[in-house]
Amino acid sequence: MTMSLGPYASFIMTSYAAAAIVVAILIGWIVLDYRSQTRRLRDLERSGITRRSGRSAMDTSRTIT
Amino acid sequence: MTLIDLANPTRFLALSARVLPWLAAATVILLTIGLYQSAYAPDDYQQGATVKIMFIHVPNAWLSMFVWGVMSIASLGTLVWRHPLADVAAKAAAPIGAAFTFLALLTGSLWGRPMWGTYWEWDARLTSVLILFLMYLGLMALWRAVDDPSRAARAAAVLTLVGAINLPIIKFSVDWWNTLHQPASVMRMGGSTLDKSFLIPLLVMAVAFTLLFVTLHVAAMRNEILRRRVRSLQMMQASRIAFSSEVGAGSREENASKEVGAA
Repeated sequence: MTMSLGPYASFIMTSYAAAAIVVAILIGWIVLDYRSQTRRLRDLERSGITRRSGRSAMDTSRTIT
Repeated sequence: MTLIDLANPTRFLALSARVLPWLAAATVILLTIGLYQSAYAPDDYQQGATVKIMFIHVPNAWLSMFVWGVMSIASLGTLVWRHPLADVAAKAAAPIGAAFTFLALLTGSLWGRPMWGTYWEWDARLTSVLILFLMYLGLMALWRAVDDPSRAARAAAVLTLVGAINLPIIKFSVDWWNTLHQPASVMRMGGSTLDKSFLIPLLVMAVAFTLLFVTLHVAAMRNEILRRRVRSLQMMQASRIAFSSEVGAGSREENASKEVGAA
């Protein structure tokens, strides 16, 4: 089975490339944001600032029932 | 576990950490299947190979409205029930919705040039989607303009609910006005008018993009919860610094008055 894009191949390829780039930017932004927030939390906790509950701000160990 | 239990951010973080890898895997698998089916779908007798653009344009157009719908429900959660995660959900969805709307406009434009002979036409469907895109940007600007997240959440929730009026306008614009954009061919009374060879890849891509949104949204919500924790710890740090400098200034004044008294 072969794929032929005909005379409008550039429009089709540009559409798929744009979708790939935008989705990659979204994923990259979310991953970098997560790293940035966890680093800031770690720095704050290292400097002695903790939550009122005394638990780590990154603690997600609460039991799910 | 009931839905309300998820209102606890810590519980949400724990649950989402478990679910996220499965969501991501399902998204990748469905996107791979959808892209393969789209690549080998036959050419349309009128559109030729440009019908392949529809397999990404339609899911993005559907998501541009779906994400605003999700934000509207979350806004109700903020205004009516004051749900702890409602404004987190609304805020996290806005940039993702803006990206999908941008892609819907861009891919539609790239399809329009060879098929309509123009990249853009100020018809009702295109204009109402452009307005939706601008509303996403406005909402993101509003979130950034107000420092206090809870105050920003209420203002953003009102704007989101007002903006939801645009959703039926977008959906029915092709019926209410004489537009260049074709009328609905998938979600319409009497069933889809598409042949199965186009309908199946289109539906697979629509589900894959919806899963992509859910995955990105859950991940972005986790980031937003962590961002709020950073903010509250920074405020605690600032108040400690202010308190210790006040105590320091107070003891200096006390010492100074003692020295004056002694003199």
